[in-house]
Amino acid sequence: MKLGHWIVAALAFLFGRRQKHNAEEVAEELADDGGRGPEDRDPETGRLVPPGSPDRAAENVVLLLLVLAMLAGAGFIVVYAMYKAPVLPNELLGICMGVALVSIGAALTIVGKRLVVTEELEEDYPTADPEEQAKIVETVRDSGSRFTRKRLLLTAGAGAGGALGLAALTPVLSLGPIWDTAPLERTPWYRGRRIVDDKGRPIAAADIEQKTFYDGFAEGWSKEDLSSLLIIIRLDPSELHLPAGRSGWAPRGILAYSKICTHAGCAIELYRKPTFPTVEPEPAFVCPCHYSTFNPADGAQVIFGPAGRPLPQLPVMIDGAGNLRSAGNFSARVGPSWWGVRFRPSTEHE
Amino acid sequence: MAVRDPLADPVRFIDERTAAAPLLRKSLRYLFPDHWSFLLGEVALYCFVVLIATGTYLALFYDPSNAHTVYHGAYAPLDGRPMSGAYYSVLNLSLSTQAGLLMRQTHHWAADVFIAAMVVHLMRVFFTGAFRKPRELTWLIGLGLLTISLLEGYLGYSLIDDLLSGIGLAIGYGVGLSIPIIGGPVIQGIFGAPFPGKTEFFSRMYIMHVFILPALLATLIAVHLALIALRHHTQFKESKRTTQKRIVGAPMFPAQMPRSLGLMFLVAGLLFLLGGLVQINPIWQWGPFEPWLSENGAQPDWYLGWLIGALRLMPSFDVTVGNYTLIPNPFWGGVVFPGFVFTLLGAFPWIERKLSGDRRVHNLADRPRDAPNRTAFGVMLLSWVFLIFMFGAADRILVLWGLSYNIQLNLFRVGIWLVPGILFFVTRRWCMALQAADRLEHTREQAEERMRERMRAPATRS
Amino acid sequence: MRRVAPIAGACALFALSAILGAAPAAAQPPSGIVRPTTEPPKPTLELGAQLFAGNCASCHGIAGSGITKPRPGAGNLTGEGPPLRGVGALAPDFYLRSGYMPLGNPYEQPEANRVLLTDKEIRSLVSYVASLGAGPGIPHPKPSHGDISEGQELFTSTCAGCHQLEGRGGFVTGARVPPLQNLPAKRIAEAVRIGPYLMPKFSKSQISDSQLNSIIRYVQSTNAPDNRGGWSIGNLGPIPEGLVVWWIAIPLILFFCLLVARRRRSQ
Repeated sequence: MKLGHWIVAALAFLFGRRQKHNAEEVAEELADDGGRGPEDRDPETGRLVPPGSPDRAAENVVLLLLVLAMLAGAGFIVVYAMYKAPVLPNELLGICMGVALVSIGAALTIVGKRLVVTEELEEDYPTADPEEQAKIVETVRDSGSRFTRKRLLLTAGAGAGGALGLAALTPVLSLGPIWDTAPLERTPWYRGRRIVDDKGRPIAAADIEQKTFYDGFAEGWSKEDLSSLLIIIRLDPSELHLPAGRSGWAPRGILAYSKICTHAGCAIELYRKPTFPTVEPEPAFVCPCHYSTFNPADGAQVIFGPAGRPLPQLPVMIDGAGNLRSAGNFSARVGPSWWGVRFRPSTEHE
Repeated sequence: MAVRDPLADPVRFIDERTAAAPLLRKSLRYLFPDHWSFLLGEVALYCFVVLIATGTYLALFYDPSNAHTVYHGAYAPLDGRPMSGAYYSVLNLSLSTQAGLLMRQTHHWAADVFIAAMVVHLMRVFFTGAFRKPRELTWLIGLGLLTISLLEGYLGYSLIDDLLSGIGLAIGYGVGLSIPIIGGPVIQGIFGAPFPGKTEFFSRMYIMHVFILPALLATLIAVHLALIALRHHTQFKESKRTTQKRIVGAPMFPAQMPRSLGLMFLVAGLLFLLGGLVQINPIWQWGPFEPWLSENGAQPDWYLGWLIGALRLMPSFDVTVGNYTLIPNPFWGGVVFPGFVFTLLGAFPWIERKLSGDRRVHNLADRPRDAPNRTAFGVMLLSWVFLIFMFGAADRILVLWGLSYNIQLNLFRVGIWLVPGILFFVTRRWCMALQAADRLEHTREQAEERMRERMRAPATRS
Repeated sequence: MRRVAPIAGACALFALSAILGAAPAAAQPPSGIVRPTTEPPKPTLELGAQLFAGNCASCHGIAGSGITKPRPGAGNLTGEGPPLRGVGALAPDFYLRSGYMPLGNPYEQPEANRVLLTDKEIRSLVSYVASLGAGPGIPHPKPSHGDISEGQELFTSTCAGCHQLEGRGGFVTGARVPPLQNLPAKRIAEAVRIGPYLMPKFSKSQISDSQLNSIIRYVQSTNAPDNRGGWSIGNLGPIPEGLVVWWIAIPLILFFCLLVARRRRSQ
């Protein structure tokens, strides 16, 4: 405690000195109390802005800087004209423009500090004016003397204004289907819809290998639709312990989940697959935005990170040709949640 | 009358048509108190000027379209890739337009520095108590400017539609949806359809970014400046002449104008030098956005880093009832956290009034040490936000220095509460120690002065 | 909004970096490489067997049979490691030449370390491990045959989730993802086919050899990406940009303010 006190005191000593006042300076300032105001003339010379001594050295520097700015400005034009776009050196352009601006800035600073007179003037701070306030109130109040039913008229006026305001805002509703959140819940998946790859080709179940991941899309559906996007992996069927009611959702261990993180809507594009079980026992999906981590073996429960619910699972089946198809809809809503959305089905299979 | 005077003639011309000479004369002699920290707001203003200038240029080339076309342009690694018209146009602007890259980079740097300057300005105003009566409205408008600027910046880089910005939009969509009750409708209204939205969505962002929000910013800046001019700046207690009633300073003309203009050119020059010499957001390297793509460690621009930190720090839970979600997780980090910080800052002038019982008009700015409780509170709030901000970069810290993400997560989950608490007391203590040091210094000076007089006294007598 | 004590923050970061800078190197075996007293002048199967027994068998078991449960009593077999029968020349070549193996502690993530074995020793070990069972050989990618645009697209959809778009590395739950700069084409191809540590394993049916060439071409292009626009500050995006704002731009602006504001009394 004592040590801390000393450290603080030492710091205070080091930093505390900066603001100290020179006693003589204070005394000097005391002397000219009640100094010149901004509209007053200089008491000695009678001028509005007192004269100052010329400073030719500063003038020379300003001239030099202005010439430099001129050269840099011309340089910009030359660089622009000499090179064509793909090789146009951004650095040179930036230096020319920057140097021109900085030179003018420096010149003006020197003008401000060395070449114009710096007066130190004073005046009163503006203050509130109760008399004026009273006059405003009186003016408004007196103006309403001819009204007999003030309150009624004010209410009617507020009503008219409010109705007009609301009416003017109503077209905003056309922006989206605002009250209808059904589009957020729509998915392209039904039993039998084919799962295709990013080129639109069907995915053969035999091609799905363990220890890697695949993108999947709904056939004949926009790839931009979040509910169409799948991440597909294969695990050893013996490793699976999916939630009850999902038997048959993962034929030959092939699992399909929504690719969109249930936290904030980024695409899951990390599949960590441990080479050797000792170090990191579980294969998992990771969202690269906030690192929510999901365990695909048990229905993509959250095992790390901020996501609040599992990734929705899509039941998969293998058709006669050996290709992947969906066997129904997702186990829950796709993507980030919103107020009142059902995050798990009341019964399995909707 | 016959003599043509290049100065008097225009002045006469204007006054005869406007009768504004008294007002002009008064404005020329408007007083600026002298302190470097009073220029920080001006820096932000000059960044805004650069933003308007460069942004106008960019708008001449930008195409707010999310319809896909196949790229065949200067950048080989993206040749033959389908991409939105928006991204295509910014690629062309950056890589095949004369001076386009310089303008884009300068615009982006100006945006980053704009908000940084506003934050430093806000800190100055907070720690010197310059928000107190009669300047609470100026303070509130300043906070409004900052909030709008955050949104404006976010829209700015989202318009490009590269992979990084698309991820940012997806997160914005998720955070928007998470707002209780109104989230779904509001997001449906803005996007028009589930993410990535209807074709109109880019036009909506564009008009917001280039017209509605800048117009709002310009209006609020004008009001902010008008309020300052009406009430004048605060000033520090520098001498006996500076008081609550009298302002001491240099007039706008001639002393202040060349300095302020000089600062404007210096700031603009710095931004153009950055735009020319330091790469910012090399969008060609990120590639086009598609909803099924993402990348590791996607980050927003610095001024939204505190939000990604908060989103990542949140433990995993949604507020649910039965089978229904009520409040999804991103609401806490993405909405409640910034909402709380801004509300607290906005209410602070009144909170302080309530706590200190001080309702007087203050034209003198405090030195931070002279208001230990306020300074300590400010340090506490800032360090809290700063630590959460820092956690947003935990993944990079891992890559650079190998410090485990889980260890960092646990450290920060404790640290964001512990460190600000400790800093509150340390700062308070430090302020008091500084005050004590000031008093000591004052006493010493007085004693020295007395000694000097005593030494002088016998000399004059002899 | 943020930034309470930038200087303190910087100091903390530098201190952290000083402490942690050496961390990855600690993954190397503490005792160094066990070598036979006389090594033959050329790589031989026998040398490989001797090196394996001395440096690898403690985790990978006798003759690469693997150890799934450590048995502290039995011989010196204290580690845990996967069996190596049937991994072919592919895996040992990758793990030894990248410096991932030998690994000091089987619970640690293998990192790209200094390679402790000579080329001759590596060849011997590779041929020994390959002789344990039939397996894939060392790939021979030709990145110059690849198409950089295809490579960018494939890298974005399969690799960038972990490795970042410009291959600058990143984080995946439980592990650090290595950056990909300055790697020989062979190493990249091997990693894609093996899937070391937590990385998925991509077979030829998922990523063909010609696609792999394209990916490698793109990855190698990230050594020196198109960095138009000036100093690239790491090709990481917004974090270094924020650092430039707060460490370069704002200090300069404060300097400008000080410069412009400090007043000299006239005359």
